[in-house]
Amino acid sequence: MEVRFVLNRTEVVLNVRPDEYLAETLRNQGVLSVHIGCNESNCGTCTVLINGKPSMSCSVLTAQVYGKTVTTVEDIQEEANKIADYFSDEGADQCGFCLVGFALVVHALALEYPNPTDEEIKNYLVGNLCRCSGYHAQMEAVKKYLAEVKKHAKK
Amino acid sequence: MPKSNLKVVNKKTRSVDGHAEMMGRPVYTDDYAAHGSLVCRMLRSPHAFAHIKNIDTSKAEALNGVKCVLTYKNVPHVAMSRAGQGAPAPSPIDKFILDEYVRYVGDEVALVAAIDEQIAEDALKLIEVEYELLEPVLDYKTAYQNKNVIHPEDGISQAFEMGFRPKENVAATYEMEIGNVEKVLSECDVVIEHTAESQAQAHAMMEPHCSNAHLDDHDRLVIYTCTQTPFHMRRILTKTLNLPLNKVRIIKPRVGGGFGGKQAFHCEFFVALVTLRTGLPSRMSYTREEVFSSSYTRHPMMISMKIGANKDGVIKAIDCRALSDTGAYGEHALTVFMIVGSKVLPLYNKVEAVKFGGRVVYTNHVPAGAFRGYGAIQGNYVLETAIDILAEKLHISPIELRMKNSMKEGETSPIFEIMGEGTKGTPMIMESCKLPYCIERGAELIGWDKKYPRIQVGPHTIRSVGMAIAMQGSGIPLMDMGSSSIKLNDDGTYVVTSGATDIGQGSDTVITQIVAEELMTTVDKVTIYSSDTDLTPFDVGAYASSTTYISGNAALKAAQKMKERLIKEAARVLDAAEEDIEFDGLTFKAKNNEITLPDLARQITYSKEMKQIAVTESYFGHVSPPPFMAGYAEIEIDTETYEYKLIDYVSVVDCGTTINPMLAKGQVEGGIVQGYGMASTEAVLYNSHGKLLSNSFSSYHIPTHKEITKLTTEFADSYDPTGPFGAKSVGEIGIDTPPAVLCNAIYNAVGVRINDLPITPEKIMRAIKEQK
Repeated sequence: MEVRFVLNRTEVVLNVRPDEYLAETLRNQGVLSVHIGCNESNCGTCTVLINGKPSMSCSVLTAQVYGKTVTTVEDIQEEANKIADYFSDEGADQCGFCLVGFALVVHALALEYPNPTDEEIKNYLVGNLCRCSGYHAQMEAVKKYLAEVKKHAKK
Repeated sequence: MPKSNLKVVNKKTRSVDGHAEMMGRPVYTDDYAAHGSLVCRMLRSPHAFAHIKNIDTSKAEALNGVKCVLTYKNVPHVAMSRAGQGAPAPSPIDKFILDEYVRYVGDEVALVAAIDEQIAEDALKLIEVEYELLEPVLDYKTAYQNKNVIHPEDGISQAFEMGFRPKENVAATYEMEIGNVEKVLSECDVVIEHTAESQAQAHAMMEPHCSNAHLDDHDRLVIYTCTQTPFHMRRILTKTLNLPLNKVRIIKPRVGGGFGGKQAFHCEFFVALVTLRTGLPSRMSYTREEVFSSSYTRHPMMISMKIGANKDGVIKAIDCRALSDTGAYGEHALTVFMIVGSKVLPLYNKVEAVKFGGRVVYTNHVPAGAFRGYGAIQGNYVLETAIDILAEKLHISPIELRMKNSMKEGETSPIFEIMGEGTKGTPMIMESCKLPYCIERGAELIGWDKKYPRIQVGPHTIRSVGMAIAMQGSGIPLMDMGSSSIKLNDDGTYVVTSGATDIGQGSDTVITQIVAEELMTTVDKVTIYSSDTDLTPFDVGAYASSTTYISGNAALKAAQKMKERLIKEAARVLDAAEEDIEFDGLTFKAKNNEITLPDLARQITYSKEMKQIAVTESYFGHVSPPPFMAGYAEIEIDTETYEYKLIDYVSVVDCGTTINPMLAKGQVEGGIVQGYGMASTEAVLYNSHGKLLSNSFSSYHIPTHKEITKLTTEFADSYDPTGPFGAKSVGEIGIDTPPAVLCNAIYNAVGVRINDLPITPEKIMRAIKEQK
């Protein structure tokens, strides 16, 4: 079936199976930043933004994004680079398999919540698993990044 | 070199790979699969134990798009160990690529390679298998000499005597005794006995197991795979498939976590066979369910400790018995088992007698294998809860009892000489051991004096603290070898190729720092590539906490050699004696003239005596200096529901010099949380037919951002003279303490001790009801 959507600011028209999930479609399109960690929307490594909202692409049928916008980390390179600075400075990056997902959720969090509490941050990040870092360093990195975003917003 | 003079090592340094990973570069195994690769899918056993009477693949083979079907009938029938260890294999040689027996639910039956995923899945359904069902052994306590023999087949063996008795369902046996434990125990004022069990924890690394293969321009087989042991893998794979070693190249790209789970084989044999048979590129990725149900787990164990002490608090003897469940196959059966003794019992080195032994049995469960902690976490859980029991009995504080009896700098334990990994060990004196500092500092950071054992903070809310100490090792002495090569570029920068296997722990960064420090340059002048069996020098791989210590020492030696070579060349160019050359990393100064490194590099590349400067050095350890740590937790528990949460986990670690303090902290904290998961929520459930039910992230709960609020991690000021710049290992030590610490904290809160992991509110409530 034919599906039309906006992928990273470019309109695409793709021929997909009706039972095809977005993660598979994106990887077939060469968007290899989308990792498949569990294929059952539990781990968050396949996170993309659909109309700006973090979504697990392994469990969204490609047909469902008809007419929507899909953003992967390839389209937020500048922000990902900045978030990576904070993760690296806290030693919060190890194997890296979860990091693309975190870049996207942290970016979306910053846009959605200008002043999140720790609890709100945790609620936002809870769907993205990491088996390496122990989370504490990640949390520190996210808070420092959000503080920086806020500082710039004020200017 | 004193730490104050260090410029790169021991300094905050960003990882070399973190940015590329976060920005989504295609750097993992699956990203390298050739376009149009055949997709491999495995038909897995629905039975815990069965003999395949008949298997008919004709319908699957006839399906349009299917290119290859593999069963035990058409693959080499050569026994091997998939464990990914050195040679001779210290694990039973008890596995065939595919076999006529299936020994657990999820075991391999037949492999299909097809032009796409859908066709491969459809083909699996067309394979007709007639099973003769056999009675499975699903309880490891009844496995020994059970009438149902899990490995009745011929052709399996052990490379050396390890007590492998397949007809008795025994994969390995070990016994040792120093002194006369029974006699010393009989003379002690107090003897306590304590038994506890730990479960088959899942590694749950984020990247599922995957491999891909293709034939290259020399018609050689190239395998990309997310492995911790590319060189061992090449040896075992080529031997089993009867291929010349030099016809196979194994490349390890970035690896999305391993924790021991990627030390062994998963997809490699299958993509290799498919590509060799079809000539076509192939790829295979495990589903998450396969990662849980068809890879490897931690060895579940039941361990009993008998500890004797005098009234003054001097521990005199320890008797440790263990029973380990290796599941269907014996990967790491012996070596994990021995670590229960060798990296746990030396903590209390003043005993007059110590004994350790027991057996590792086969069951029809998911096979166990290497997993961070590697026996030490299982042993630590039982020993360090037993020590708390003993402290209570002696009316001594748990801290004082540990301070009095634990390992100190300059001391040793006779266990080091007797027990190694699979074989004898090597004697060693603790040239660095800041355990007393770790214990005291940890107590200070958690606020032990104010909080021990508990504080009532609400009508039905209690806060309590618990603690434990631990040790690990730094590589396997006289067995593990690592190596690095460094070559000089024509602009004076360096390229390092290292066999060390970065699986996310950060060894590429650490080795870059070591080389940059020794060559007095900055990390941006050093580029590193790791683990390609054709292009990088040999390294045993990432296991046994060996990379910083073994591979790091090799990199340091290579950098020292490079420095010597550069000075020699500079002396020639400047027409001076080598001893008159002063090099600061950028400029070579002789008495009357000087040349910069970039100028020297250009000159020797393009004019006069032209040459490529490159060096290779290797290292293997004669000792394995243990890192030590003290772990403390503060928890809050609701005395109505017995739900609890972690308030803070304090770790004070002696790992020698931290080459990269941020990454070392990451190793410790990642280990703490993985160990806390095992201690608290990671329940392993099988149904009565032996099917693993906890086979997804929704049925097997690993910690999330929600569970972890605060981790406090510090490092002791320590220096081990045998390590690179004084470093010891830090990869595993973090995981060892949480089970005992949590168990002790729960006991300190509500007075019950949970003796099987994980510690759930249900178990606490049941124990309290039983107590009443």
